[in-house]
Amino acid sequence: MSSTTEIDEVRDAGRPGETRPSRPAPRNEPPARSRKGWRLRLRQDRTLLIMCVPAVGLLAVFAYLPMLGNVIAWQDYSPYVGIANSQFVGWANFERVFTNPLFLDAVVNTLTITAFQLVFFFPVPIMLALFVNGLMTPWLRNVIQSVVYLPHFFSWVLVVTIFQQILGGAGLLNQELGKLGLGGFDMMTNPDTFLLLVTSQAVWKDAGWGMIIFLAALSTVNPEHYEAAALDGAGRWRRMWHVTLPAIRPTIILLLILRLGDSLTVGFEQLILQRGAVGAEVAEVIDTYVYYQGVVNGDWAFAAAAGLVKGLVSLLLVLGANKLAHLFGEAGVYKKA
Amino acid sequence: MSTTTVHESTEPTWFKRTFTAERPPWQERQGPFGLLLKGIATVLVLLAVLLPLYTVVLTSFSGQEAITEAGGLVLVPGELTLAAYRTVLAGGVVTQAAMVSIFVTVVGTSLSVLVSILAAYGLSRPASLWHRPILFTFLITMFFGAGMIPTYLLVSSLGLINTLWSLILPTAVSAFNVLVLRAFFMGIDQSILEAARIDGASDWRILFSLVVPMSKAAIAVVAMFYAVGYFNAFFNAMLYINDNSLWPLQLVLRSYVLQGVELPGGGAVPGDVAGGAPADLAVKMAIMVLAILPILAVYPFVQRHFTKGVIFGAIKG
Repeated sequence: MSSTTEIDEVRDAGRPGETRPSRPAPRNEPPARSRKGWRLRLRQDRTLLIMCVPAVGLLAVFAYLPMLGNVIAWQDYSPYVGIANSQFVGWANFERVFTNPLFLDAVVNTLTITAFQLVFFFPVPIMLALFVNGLMTPWLRNVIQSVVYLPHFFSWVLVVTIFQQILGGAGLLNQELGKLGLGGFDMMTNPDTFLLLVTSQAVWKDAGWGMIIFLAALSTVNPEHYEAAALDGAGRWRRMWHVTLPAIRPTIILLLILRLGDSLTVGFEQLILQRGAVGAEVAEVIDTYVYYQGVVNGDWAFAAAAGLVKGLVSLLLVLGANKLAHLFGEAGVYKKA
Repeated sequence: MSTTTVHESTEPTWFKRTFTAERPPWQERQGPFGLLLKGIATVLVLLAVLLPLYTVVLTSFSGQEAITEAGGLVLVPGELTLAAYRTVLAGGVVTQAAMVSIFVTVVGTSLSVLVSILAAYGLSRPASLWHRPILFTFLITMFFGAGMIPTYLLVSSLGLINTLWSLILPTAVSAFNVLVLRAFFMGIDQSILEAARIDGASDWRILFSLVVPMSKAAIAVVAMFYAVGYFNAFFNAMLYINDNSLWPLQLVLRSYVLQGVELPGGGAVPGDVAGGAPADLAVKMAIMVLAILPILAVYPFVQRHFTKGVIFGAIKG
């Protein structure tokens, strides 16, 4: 998270028209700032602090308080006696998690889906962006952009339902194939094609949205580079290879690293909606497993331990990815792009 | 994303072959083969998104005969009827769920946007007291979530189970959205705000009479993000709402349309509908249309701001 600090510093320092002294780093501060100075600042910035109260309060209750609730992972928790009165059992729940074959299956499924999507989903927004960027007619570009962004705003229930209506056993595709005498396959319940199914759903929903960031990167390319390359006789593909791709390479690397950091998370809602139809052996991911063990089966402490392990590993992965981004010379990322 | 200005021209721009001012050399026209390829790609991309929507909407307006004839979803318009919508909106489960969704979306979005604007402004002044640690508390929530189980236990111990607040409060503040707004606020020309400050305007006044009006685009985008989040949330409702009279639209969609469960209390009230009972599939598709409609209604107004908003948040953050 040091990245944040750095970015902030640079930005704040460059702020035009800011008359306050830019925030000094601790070591540059006047020696032993007096209580009076602190009080004065409190009085000056009181309103700003009050403005933050509602948001911080909501986060404190609904984000930070539950973090403390994770203590049940070390307890023999029972909802009837509550957190305060449940017995502490040490690492027993974590041992159960790591020796549980079903949990390990869920981990494998999660990583499989992530890996598959990395190969077959990740490049799609890039290709879409290159394609849209290459379209010369402004109105057509606008139409395409408006249309491909749209599914991002649909709920997963809706997306899965649409896929079911189109590709399912009684769906449009089957009904058209049936007319040709071919029908009879149901992609929605077939474990063998499940990876393909969830990936194509993700592509349909979010590829257009993912394109935004690449389009932005493409729009920053200096046209003179293209002109120079064109004058040097570079053809369409050479210009793409030597000018366009290098321009978006930082963005690609950045998002790739971020995606790797996020690899324990795959669409939770998407999977829980389809787990029933396809079966747990392929559709059970860590999140759905936690849900079923905890909320459905009532094994709260075990599920909390599993969820905590996942959360911590994810955190490490994201921070590691962030570090990696730095190593590649990228500005730090502290947000989902 | 308007990169090229529109030019008055006797022939359409796509027809020009030569290097012209409005078509820089690196974008010169390609041969007929490339053009054909691009055309096909364009059509495919558009069809992939629009065809499913088209057939869903068309089926929702179709009568039993057209649906039987098509054997399912309708691709060619036949006999059209509003029967499905009359049924769905006759006051049954679906109507109720739509009201719940609208309530949660409107109340939740208002709350979220207000709280986020305040926090974003509170954090937008460089060098203000404690802004860094507060910012940090926001950032942490983007990296590490508490996990589903403790959150569930909290919501349950607060007595929010089976109340609509359980759909609003736990997701009321999104650090991402606050940071998008903050970045936007910080990009405003500070000399204007400084002038107001010197004139004695309070921060409240500066925020609501200067900053907010100047940030309409960013606020619209953030509001849309929140609204879409509330409207689409399905998992929270599945967790926290057992009482199906409090179900939002997404849960009805899942149970009735996706899983084919009979609607409790009958969303379909055939009999009093003029023109006969609507086809079951038409009813299902009508529910889907209801779940898409609000998004389609707002989308055109906010859509053109997306790129700016998202990039602002993602890059400048």
